[in-house]
Amino acid sequence: METLERLLSQHPFFKELGGEYMQLVTGCASNVRFEPDQFIFREGTEANQFYLIREGRVALQLFSPERGHITIETLGEGDILGWSWLIPPYSWHFDAKALDLTRAIALDGKCLRRKCEDDHNLGYELLKRFSHIMGQRLESTRLQLLDLYGVRS
Amino acid sequence: MVPRPYVVKRMRKDTVDTFTLELGPKDGRSRFSFAPGQFNMIYIYGVGEVPISICGDPSSSTLVHTTRAVGAVTKAMSKLRRGDIVGIRGPFGTSWPVEQARTRDVVVVAGGIGLPPLRPALYHLLAHRDAYGKVVLLYGTSTPDDILFKEELENWRARFDLEVFVTVDRGTPGWRGNVGVVTTLITKAGFDPTNTIAMIVGPEVMMRFTALELMKRGVKAETIYVSMERNMKCGIGLCGHCQFGPLFTCKDGPVFRYDQIKDLLVKWEI
Repeated sequence: METLERLLSQHPFFKELGGEYMQLVTGCASNVRFEPDQFIFREGTEANQFYLIREGRVALQLFSPERGHITIETLGEGDILGWSWLIPPYSWHFDAKALDLTRAIALDGKCLRRKCEDDHNLGYELLKRFSHIMGQRLESTRLQLLDLYGVRS
Repeated sequence: MVPRPYVVKRMRKDTVDTFTLELGPKDGRSRFSFAPGQFNMIYIYGVGEVPISICGDPSSSTLVHTTRAVGAVTKAMSKLRRGDIVGIRGPFGTSWPVEQARTRDVVVVAGGIGLPPLRPALYHLLAHRDAYGKVVLLYGTSTPDDILFKEELENWRARFDLEVFVTVDRGTPGWRGNVGVVTTLITKAGFDPTNTIAMIVGPEVMMRFTALELMKRGVKAETIYVSMERNMKCGIGLCGHCQFGPLFTCKDGPVFRYDQIKDLLVKWEI
């Protein structure tokens, strides 16, 4: 657990969270590993975790009957995967598939939700950090939608 | 300035709308020297003249230009064959700060057709590799089919002294590489933001957001350089076609220090 706490506290996402809260978060954490092409989660299933990717790459995908699996974004070392555990109805909106051998720290969303309900300061801290990531992803998605490199007619 | 005739030595189609011309002086004399980042005015006889960045190796004997067929002149250029003649005026404009970057880390960020103007700088950095710290290339395109110089990128990626990251905005079936905008690569690359020179080429929006992301990571605006594209005509700051606020892109640019133009980039009126 000591190792997990150290790993988590070194990650920018948990920067300056404070020792007491780090212990609470670590209590909900575990090491996980995914083989290449293994699905980490599937669209529509219950979202009860988020992941801190330590190594490897993960593709966020949507399946379309006409086009197959469409990759919307890839995430890699240091990235946070998943925020659906935080927002009702707590179900995944995309598929996540490991592209390479991927090692991550999984954080139990149910466990964290309960702790956030008990301590709103912790809840606010986590929400601020997730809002920052959501903002970054929204900005990236907007740039992707602009099709910047296309030929203007 | 009178265009000097150059012969097409080789014509290569890179992607569905992008091509590369390899040119040599018609008179057989050696070509002019150029600095990475400079551009030429290429004249297609009877059609017109366009400014195009030089994209080849500064130490090579030929002149290389890679561009996209989008207007009347570049469409005519895309139909050139070996042995055809074009007129060349140049080289014009400012260059990448490859001397100033010595001993520092260098981050090169290219978006779409922005890779060719950066290629001479990369050749220079690699030819004088010991003079620089870490060298990182971040390259984003729309789709995997739009990636330029694939073979060269693979060779560069295989080097131990160059970090290469490629991403596309939209993946295609079978693509296992990165998907996402080029700015997302900035957090992946290993460089010291306090001792880095960044060189960026791409659409203006991409360059703005890339510069912002680099600054978020700690790179100073004074050490970020961008290459601007405007309607260059004379190439020597006389005609005024490429005026960019108080600057002329052909003479004061195309390579500008970001802090000198960042306020102009967000002015709609210019």
